[in-house]
Amino acid sequence: MPCIEVEELTHVYYPGTPLEIVALRDIELTVYDGEFIALAGSAGSGKSTLVQHFNGLLLPTAGCVKVLGRAISDKQHRQQLWRQVGLVFQFPERQIFSNTVFEDIAFGPRNLGWDSTTVSKQVKDTVALVGLPEEILSADPRTLSGGMLRRVAICGVLAMRPRILIMDEPGAGLEPATRQLILANIKEIQAQHGMTVILITHHLEDAAVFAERVAVLHQGVLLSIGPTREVLSQTELLHRAGLKAPFAVELAQRLSQEGIPLPSLPQSIEDVAQLLQQLLQTNGARPGGASL
Amino acid sequence: MNNISMGQYLPAGSPVHRLDPRSKLICIALLVPAVLMTSNPLGLTLVSLWTLLVVLLSGIKPGLYWQSLKPLWVLLLISFVLQVFFTPGNALLTLGFIKISREGLLYSGWLLWRISVLLLAASVLTFTTTPLQLTMALEWLLSPLRRMRVPVQELAMMINLALRFVPTLFDEARMLLLAQRSRGTDFNSGSIKERVSRLTPFMVPLLTNIFSRADELALAMEIRCYRVGAARSRLHVMRFRPADYAALFLNTAILAAVITAKAL
Repeated sequence: MPCIEVEELTHVYYPGTPLEIVALRDIELTVYDGEFIALAGSAGSGKSTLVQHFNGLLLPTAGCVKVLGRAISDKQHRQQLWRQVGLVFQFPERQIFSNTVFEDIAFGPRNLGWDSTTVSKQVKDTVALVGLPEEILSADPRTLSGGMLRRVAICGVLAMRPRILIMDEPGAGLEPATRQLILANIKEIQAQHGMTVILITHHLEDAAVFAERVAVLHQGVLLSIGPTREVLSQTELLHRAGLKAPFAVELAQRLSQEGIPLPSLPQSIEDVAQLLQQLLQTNGARPGGASL
Repeated sequence: MNNISMGQYLPAGSPVHRLDPRSKLICIALLVPAVLMTSNPLGLTLVSLWTLLVVLLSGIKPGLYWQSLKPLWVLLLISFVLQVFFTPGNALLTLGFIKISREGLLYSGWLLWRISVLLLAASVLTFTTTPLQLTMALEWLLSPLRRMRVPVQELAMMINLALRFVPTLFDEARMLLLAQRSRGTDFNSGSIKERVSRLTPFMVPLLTNIFSRADELALAMEIRCYRVGAARSRLHVMRFRPADYAALFLNTAILAAVITAKAL
């Protein structure tokens, strides 16, 4: 079932002035309930502008955006959307304002009007869900490391139990291990709770591992949308959008250029290893006699 | 937030944009006394037409001038109405306790006209000149004060840094506002006390982030060897061109005409 339907969405900043920028042009996009979709694109491609329509922070200049069945131009619907659509901004740790981690994570749930026992239960559950120790709840956010803070800030949105979770570059500026950890966590929660996840990224390795579908934006235009494997194999198109295909995809293409075609397109380095092993087992020690 | 605000630079590459910022600043300094000193309608019409000509030459749609000054028009109209009512004189019209006098109407109309011209001229300056250019021009104009040991360069640098932080502050504030709204803060309803208390999740991170940005900026400047009082060179050298001389001459002529008319 579709939970977000975007029809011919165009968004223009500062219309009618010399600063006019067309941020989005004729976007057609449907996001389905419970899926993990990645929005990929280089800086200025319109990713962030697009998702700000999804929880009613921006209104279309032209076209229509329907979220959970109703158009966001409906003011009443738009003002209640934050209850169901969680948006994790870039560098969310910059919004933390409380003296304890608990207070900050509890901020959203309290705004939802839950009673204090429910709030504290949800906060504890969420912290456990992302694998943070419970002691962290009484800590002062200023004493935590950047990676920890990021996870706390994401908890602040997750604790509201959104039906749709949008994350704007959740891994930006973090070391790869923490980035992987955050995304793996979100993936788990998505699978368990049937949450819809929209991940903004320019790092296609992440999209390859976690997303079921990928949409590629370039200068406000939707270049391609489809199953991850299909989109990521279009290296030409990705290149045009200013993106770099995952290493595994490029490796597979180089191999096939050198006369070693893999039976299917790998998405991760583990895939490549497995496929190569298969190839070796079926063809013998030296596949095709080609040199690497 | 999708509106052009007053004081915003709008790139258009018009002849006015290409003028040296120093001559634009001096022209404004010449125009202001001319507008304030004229006491006959002909003089003010002349100055207004001159300002309108510059507006047209600036390559920015007149509608944008209107849009950017809209918030001020409300204020101006209110003060106009109040003045019309409360200036004593020969009553033209009496409605109960409200009296509209000839003097009031004339005086406030005159004031409205003058302020409009000044606002328009100021908008031309800020629409066509970047903040950096303005501070450079200001520094040049104030440079004689250096003899009196006024730290002109440092003042200019301070103004520059302050101006540089305005868009940063706006971006940061916008991001925080949206982020906290996404977590359910309602900034637009409730009593004043409630609204003020709701500002905490907005103000605390805003201040923290701005301070840390300022800290980073100071560090970055130090790393690039900024020293207070050290001699500095410029990437863009300001140069007076024929158009600058023409603009300066015309504005001086207007001011001179106004002064002579007044003296006669």
